[in-house]
Amino acid sequence: MLADLPILSLVIWLPIIGGVAVLIMAKKFSGDVRPVALGTAVLTFIFSIPLYTGFDTSTHAMQFVEKAQWIPTFDIYYHLGIDGISMPLILLTSFTTVLVVVAAWESVKHKAAEYYACFLIMEGLMIGVFATMDAALFYFFWEAMLIPMFIVIGIWGGSRRIYSAVKFFLYTFLGSVFMLVGILYLYYQSGSFLIQDYHNLKIDMFPQILLFLGFLLAFAVKVPMWPVHTWLPDAHVEAPTGGSVILAAIMLKLGAYGFLRFMLPITPDASQELDVFVIVLSLIAVVYIAMVALAQTDMKKLVAYSSISHMGFVTLGFFVVFGIYENSGSTQGAALGIEGAMVQMISHGLISGALFFCVGVLYDRMKSRNIGDYGGVVNSMPVFGALLVLFAMANAGLPGTSGFVGEFMVILSAFQANFWYALLAATTLILGAAYTLWMVKRVVFGEVVSDKVAAMQDLNRREVFVLGTLAALVLLLGVWPAPLVDVMHASVNHLLDQVVTSKL
Amino acid sequence: MAGASFEIPSFMPALPEIFVLTMACVILLYDVLSSNKNRMTVYLMAQATLFGAAILTFALHSHIPQITFSGSFISDGMSDVLKMVIYLVTAGVFVFSKQYLIDRNLFTGEYFVLALFAVLGMMVMVSAYSMLMLYLGLELLALCLYAMVALKRDCKEATEAAMKYFILGALASGMLLYGMSMIYGATGSLDIREISDRVIAAGTEDKVLLFGIVFLIVGLAFKLGAVPFHMWIPDVYSGAPTAITLFIGTAPKLAAFALVFRILAEGMGGMQVQWQEMLIMLAVISMIVGNLVAIAQTNIKRMLAYSTIAHMGFLLVGILSGTKEGYAAAMFYTIVYAVMSLGAFGMILMMSRAGFEADNISHFKGLFERSPWFALITMVIMLSMAGVPPFLGFWAKFAVLQAVVAVDLAWVAIVAVITSVIGAYYYLRIVVYMFFNKPEEDIQVSTAKDVQIVMSVNGIAVLAFGIFPGALLALCTAAMPS
Repeated sequence: MLADLPILSLVIWLPIIGGVAVLIMAKKFSGDVRPVALGTAVLTFIFSIPLYTGFDTSTHAMQFVEKAQWIPTFDIYYHLGIDGISMPLILLTSFTTVLVVVAAWESVKHKAAEYYACFLIMEGLMIGVFATMDAALFYFFWEAMLIPMFIVIGIWGGSRRIYSAVKFFLYTFLGSVFMLVGILYLYYQSGSFLIQDYHNLKIDMFPQILLFLGFLLAFAVKVPMWPVHTWLPDAHVEAPTGGSVILAAIMLKLGAYGFLRFMLPITPDASQELDVFVIVLSLIAVVYIAMVALAQTDMKKLVAYSSISHMGFVTLGFFVVFGIYENSGSTQGAALGIEGAMVQMISHGLISGALFFCVGVLYDRMKSRNIGDYGGVVNSMPVFGALLVLFAMANAGLPGTSGFVGEFMVILSAFQANFWYALLAATTLILGAAYTLWMVKRVVFGEVVSDKVAAMQDLNRREVFVLGTLAALVLLLGVWPAPLVDVMHASVNHLLDQVVTSKL
Repeated sequence: MAGASFEIPSFMPALPEIFVLTMACVILLYDVLSSNKNRMTVYLMAQATLFGAAILTFALHSHIPQITFSGSFISDGMSDVLKMVIYLVTAGVFVFSKQYLIDRNLFTGEYFVLALFAVLGMMVMVSAYSMLMLYLGLELLALCLYAMVALKRDCKEATEAAMKYFILGALASGMLLYGMSMIYGATGSLDIREISDRVIAAGTEDKVLLFGIVFLIVGLAFKLGAVPFHMWIPDVYSGAPTAITLFIGTAPKLAAFALVFRILAEGMGGMQVQWQEMLIMLAVISMIVGNLVAIAQTNIKRMLAYSTIAHMGFLLVGILSGTKEGYAAAMFYTIVYAVMSLGAFGMILMMSRAGFEADNISHFKGLFERSPWFALITMVIMLSMAGVPPFLGFWAKFAVLQAVVAVDLAWVAIVAVITSVIGAYYYLRIVVYMFFNKPEEDIQVSTAKDVQIVMSVNGIAVLAFGIFPGALLALCTAAMPS
């Protein structure tokens, strides 16, 4: 019976309708909207579970497909479906939103209904991006998502929130419009908006390179890759905790997802031609941005830069495949790179989300994100201290945590492509440890610096629930990543078949 | 043509025009003769006229184009769709303007009579099938608009704007007329169909035709407000009373599209290679200049004026592709633009009251605190103008870009999207003021129920048609003559 339900539509539209309902409720009945918001988020998460349990891991074909005509003039369909690449990301989205709602329970007082509504609507739109098979629908969700995020940063953000919100919007909008022209060009060539039709499309080298660059701009801004990353620290620092979590955990993944859906399979020849270019940018992000993170005094900024550095790993994993294929002639080793990058995406979603929650916990108590204002927090908040240390270790890539698995797989595959790639990438294990552990040392350990710190309350039940769940998942994926890797196997292999087939 | 016998033409296709003409005269007489000083009756009669015309247009619609008056008048799918939107938008204009006009002692019979004659001019323009008819419709519209801008006689800015509008408008009409006479000289006909046939026969290298087209395009660009013939737009928009700006900024754009379409696409279709290049130049600089200069504006009417210029550039992008899809996209764009523009200017009217003009962008500060619902609607309209999904304006841009990419002019599309991002900045600024800033002055939005309902419908339509644009797009495609 469950299989007959249009589950994907449900997980897209339920939170959007729930968000609108929250808004209307707050205006008309002025009651407490939090139970409704939480109920919607939890229900969405429950509905997304069958996507995992009912998933057939043996095929690369799209599953849970829904298709309906939407705009006949352009042959645009409301066409949904997921594979092993998008399914874990949908679960990550619905899961994170539950935590965001829980985390805001007491800490967001100003315009609370609008806050929940924004996050719920955003959840629906982000799932929409992951679930769509139609390029026009993809763009529709992709852009629409900017509006709630813009409002979240602008209303609930810090002192420079307006600047950051506008910068966030314009930066990502500028990137995306080139993708729109690219999609329209593909439509003109193929007469269809179905993404899979583009996979079989023959495109000459020159247009392929232009398409590649257009898509690169759209996705690189979102990931974000150096040097188009500058919007991210601003947006993160000014965004409220929930906004930072969603930004880091999911929005950045949208960019990486775009690489897998559009660039690698549609423009493989251009990707091969320009792979060194992307790899160099990724390595700059990994090494240079990690050094920048080292110099931060603002905890949120530090985590934000660490995100950019970690996302460099993801793009690195995607683009080493060409080198590996050239060296070995088989796609086997290449699969390791892409799967490693995928694991890194999920793991980074959990860890960076957790770190932003941790910063939020401190900020709620002290109204400061400055590392210098803290010290000896463990004395007043032992539970929090323990969890923060765990997440810091995971962020640094300690074996036994999910952070290790992804990075290890990517470094391993980078070795097969080029020794120097791997060497440079591996420096992150040192640099990452340096900036996170140094932060932890200054914040958690040492002398208690002030009476305010001494008076800080340890985590309440709600916060323990949020951070505890994340900690459990980080450890679980760290020791047993198989459930995650298994679902993406077939899809990644199919993707690699596309990638090594010339489209000229 | 030369036959001695005289046939009485069929009046049926022109019945809506005849009806509007009659009603405008009736209202004029009533206004002069009635001793009742309350002009509410006039207002209701004007609304009823639009409603009646809409019913007539709908009832008389047929799938086959109806041509009458010796081939100089056509009633086809495109004209009927455009007329319906003109009625709808004008009715909205009347609702939004009512209170504003009452507050400023402009709520007179003249306003409605002039507006109805302007509507008649637009109707003639969209249904004209010869150069002469086009010109007659255009002049009827333009003369009414000149007078409307000057309606507030004792206001210096308004009179100055009217003067500028009149002089530049007359110059543009002169250009257009000169171009038409050249075309007549080259083809020997004023009839769009015959011109079309003879242009194709003459080939694209005919010097007289080419010369004529240059003048035609200059005239059309003046009327549309495309750069470098745009200077009248900001002055007229900001100088005229806002209620008049609302009218000028909405319905006449639909007629202007029809004018461009009938002349360039239907008449000069054979010379497409020639006028395409000129339109590319106009479109590209309109989008760049319009969007860039709009950023520097603090007066919202001037800002929207420059945004109009940019939108007209986008409209030209659709036309210059020269395909049926492109024309349909341009028509869709015009309709969408008229609806969005109605909401944007309507919002200024809603916030204005006696003795106060809410025409500075800072007046939008903190609107979300005071009136969340209308702040939300303004946001929908602003983001729709910027071309952000899920709003209607996105699909308008999408359709136009698709059409131009399909004729291998992807670079024009790239220029268009880059300028859209620049444009997004000043639309976002309004959203920023409304949502993220504290209110500076105590500005209330109008509490009149009819205004609130129309504004709500306007905003919801922009969102709803943005999520389900299929029907409207299909309508525009179907309305295009094949």
